Amino acid sequence: MASTEEKVIDIISEQLNVDKEKINRETDIANDLGADSLDIAELMIALEEQFDINIDEENAQNVNTVGQVIDHINSALKQ
Amino acid sequence: MRRRVVITGMGLVSPLGNDLEKVWLRLCNGESGIVALPDEIYHGYRSRIAGVCSDFDPEARLNPKEAKRMDRFSQMALAAALDAVDQSGIDFSKEAVERTASIVGCGVGGLREIEVQQDRLRDLGFNKVMPLTIPKIMLNAASSLISIYYGIHGPSYGVSTACASANNAMIDSLKMIRDDEVDLAITGGTEAAVCQLGLSGFGSMHALSERNDEPEKASRPFDKNRDGFVIGEGAGILVFEELDHAKKRGAQILGEVLGYGVSSDASHITQPDDQGIYASHAIKGIFRSSGLNPDQFDYINAHGTSTKLGDPAETNAIKQAFGDHARKLSISSTKSAIGHLLGGSGGVELIFSLLTIRDGIIPPTLNLEEPDPDCDLDFTPLAAKEKKIETAISNSFGFGGHNACIAVGRFKE
Repeated sequence: MASTEEKVIDIISEQLNVDKEKINRETDIANDLGADSLDIAELMIALEEQFDINIDEENAQNVNTVGQVIDHINSALKQ
Repeated sequence: MRRRVVITGMGLVSPLGNDLEKVWLRLCNGESGIVALPDEIYHGYRSRIAGVCSDFDPEARLNPKEAKRMDRFSQMALAAALDAVDQSGIDFSKEAVERTASIVGCGVGGLREIEVQQDRLRDLGFNKVMPLTIPKIMLNAASSLISIYYGIHGPSYGVSTACASANNAMIDSLKMIRDDEVDLAITGGTEAAVCQLGLSGFGSMHALSERNDEPEKASRPFDKNRDGFVIGEGAGILVFEELDHAKKRGAQILGEVLGYGVSSDASHITQPDDQGIYASHAIKGIFRSSGLNPDQFDYINAHGTSTKLGDPAETNAIKQAFGDHARKLSISSTKSAIGHLLGGSGGVELIFSLLTIRDGIIPPTLNLEEPDPDCDLDFTPLAAKEKKIETAISNSFGFGGHNACIAVGRFKE
């Protein structure tokens, strides 16, 4: 089974039309991948659906890197 | 002296394809772009036929990430604009960015996206409605996305007068260039309402043809056995340019915009005035605006939607506006081949009018087998006709009683 990290990178790659090779934990979603606030908000909903979780509003708005996204999802999955 | 406005670029996405010259050939050959819609989605619908742009692949034509952020009506408008600007030869990285407008008509906006998000709202809850919903569905998205793509800073807005939207958009562009507000405009119309909400909404008001077993025979403007319009999707975008501006940069001039006329029926929200009185006022506005006499016009690309009420009303309007000259005009409805593109129709039809002038070929009104006695003008039935055409009028009449007519002619010094 794919790890959370692999799944998140797949979804980001699909949502933002970027090669998976360009995405790692340190990647900044806005600055490195050119996502604007609308892209990031769409991405959060896509992640919520894929993992069947709720990412709380405050966390969703304060995400910068792919690593932070993975951490939020892992903590939501534990709840 | 009044500033003259010419056309230097044309692009379209249509049910007969997306390559202008190929679409034109198919149109003149009497081909139809009307098809049956998939039964698994449209089973039991009153009208299950449409003019569909099946060759249009937005992700191949546009930046795939950007395409995803647009509803189909905006994707089509931007793709058509790319072709139009390409043909015009304008390089917006070097010139004209503050003196170019983007004015695009659209009748109903992002109906498909509304369907998708309404389903999400009902099934998943309010916090699962996507953040791009509003920027996708808003009618002005197409004009805005064209401005953003080219970085042009002149006026940019959407125009919505139902099926007259594209003509109203192009008329605004004409006036803006005449008034020296801008030198260029990327303008026309777009629509992508071939979806369940579109087919059910127009269907339940009995506006659409129910000739579901014969899709290619369903759009039959001015024919006795017509039973409603066939919905279509697509976009037609043109580059309007001030004459001297076009000449200075050595642009190819494809025709001149001669004038316009606009009026309102002010009678009913969907039905046209059956006498066509105010539609005739819109046509007569062209004579005033262009300074040409009625007998100086050769061809009309009719609104001709194939509805019971609309076609005779338009026939009456043409007779009132032109008097005796009405019988000398060549007229056709290209909606017989591609269906009714609603807010996109005027853009595509002005392009067809320009090609009629260029080639001296009048595209046919398909399926006009038995003329309605109330529609007794020369509607170019069944087959294209060769005839020298110097001037053409494109009529558009929209739900809401909006009448908007625009005239083009061969460019002469």
